[in-house]
Amino acid sequence: MSAIYKRELKSYFTSPLGYIVMVVYLALYGYVFSMLYAVGAPEISMVFSSFSFITAFLIPVLTMRLFSEERRQKTDRALMTAPVSLTGIVMGKYLAALTVFGLSQAVTLIYQTIFAFNVTVDWVGYLSCLVGTMLMAAALIAVGLFISSLTDSQIVAAVISIAVSVMLFSLDGFLSGVKAEWIVKALQWISFQGRYYTFIEGLFDIANTVYFISFSAVFLFLTVRVQESKRWA
Amino acid sequence: MIEVKNLTKRYSAHKAVDNISFSIKKGEIVGFLGPNGAGKSTTMNIITGYLSATDGSVSVAGFDILENPDEAKRHIGYLPEIPPLYADMTVKEYLNFMYDLKKAKLPRTAHIKEICNLVKIGDVFNRVIKNLSKGYQQRVGIAQALIGNPEVLILDEPTVGLDPRQIIDIRKLIVHLGRNHTVILSSHILSDVQAICERILVINKGEIIADGSPDQLARSLSTDTSLRVRVNGPEHDVQKLLGAIPGVTKVTPMGKKEQAAYEYVVEVAEGADVRADLSKRLAERNWPVIMLASHEMSLEDVFIRLTDGTTENSQFKVKEEI
Repeated sequence: MSAIYKRELKSYFTSPLGYIVMVVYLALYGYVFSMLYAVGAPEISMVFSSFSFITAFLIPVLTMRLFSEERRQKTDRALMTAPVSLTGIVMGKYLAALTVFGLSQAVTLIYQTIFAFNVTVDWVGYLSCLVGTMLMAAALIAVGLFISSLTDSQIVAAVISIAVSVMLFSLDGFLSGVKAEWIVKALQWISFQGRYYTFIEGLFDIANTVYFISFSAVFLFLTVRVQESKRWA
Repeated sequence: MIEVKNLTKRYSAHKAVDNISFSIKKGEIVGFLGPNGAGKSTTMNIITGYLSATDGSVSVAGFDILENPDEAKRHIGYLPEIPPLYADMTVKEYLNFMYDLKKAKLPRTAHIKEICNLVKIGDVFNRVIKNLSKGYQQRVGIAQALIGNPEVLILDEPTVGLDPRQIIDIRKLIVHLGRNHTVILSSHILSDVQAICERILVINKGEIIADGSPDQLARSLSTDTSLRVRVNGPEHDVQKLLGAIPGVTKVTPMGKKEQAAYEYVVEVAEGADVRADLSKRLAERNWPVIMLASHEMSLEDVFIRLTDGTTENSQFKVKEEI
């Protein structure tokens, strides 16, 4: 697992992908931060929440090639015939993507520290934002990884992943026309947005934490199953 | 070293591999020979654990590939038909990655260096793989298979897409590797397996149709010996004279090959040697023999006869000695 993790992590920074994701976050977060700083509002949660939907677009960039490119270049044969379990392969790739995403969020620590020089800041609230963002990202990466394992084309993987991620993130937004109350409730339950904003507001909710972790686990499990099924195809 | 029992791989209705069994002893160099789509790669993919068999079992170095995959895989170095190279890595990075992936225990730097010397890729060690020539990429693919010093090497069409010079180099390399490893290689190129392998399994339509050494296979198929003769003389008369020699069963004229010289294939009854008699008789008539060669069946002929189904294959099957 660690060999795959290291290779994937390195390849994010030998290709433009890792930089693209980090630069976009740096630009957007930096923009919000400078505005907040200018008006003297040390609200770090605004940095996270103002462009939170962008995560649904950037995570597929991180996940699109994880499995599709292996299959297209036929390098999956090296992985599948090495003494490594499928779970190890999937987790190595998953954790590499999660690490790069985590690095892209690390910049917020600098902003919060700058705020802290001027006023007393809410570190617990900051931690809640960070944990919430990471949890949601963990779930979206698991979905993206799963979709990448279904196709040989990274473009197809990216397009489908973006569509699915945007849906998952903003299901509540599609509810205005729906009459049946149980559908509304079900979709609100699935939707990431509401759960995410609970974290942003500083409420560390166990139910939401369990939801995101279970969601990730289910899709990681499915990814392993897809890889397994390719042996039988 | 490798035991394959009743292996079957079915893709819906199509059987890619149909109930094949064989065993390979330690140190053998075995060639899988067969036309494209015969089931060679599928068999290799199952032995290496990339695919699962529909039925049957495979064990490598005593470990079942399904029940004990990690142990079995540790004993295998595999070069697929398309080498599994990460194009954006350097050779150094790639081999180090494969070293980690295979959880090799040998001293890292020395081991990788030794392999690079063996397959002669030392001079491209720091170059990015996508910029290497096909020949070098193939070598890096072999280097990758050698990492961890596995006892069994499985090479799927190792010479495909290389120029003649590179083919000779790779063949030499495989023969060299065969001294310390058990090697299975596949090819649809006869000269490949003839040059490298001690034992050949001919596979066609998912079945093993012959198993033996290259000589054995050629011999088992040639029911009688024949000679090729080229004579300076009138075609019809020479043919009649050749046919009259005791021991000759059949003379087939092959047409004019040189100025005033015609060629014949002379089939001879088993055990008979007609060469002296033949040249004496022709000399008496003043029809000089320009060429006299025994017409041995090449592996090419064997292959075509085995795979085109015109011969009753089972008749020529060389039974495996267990």
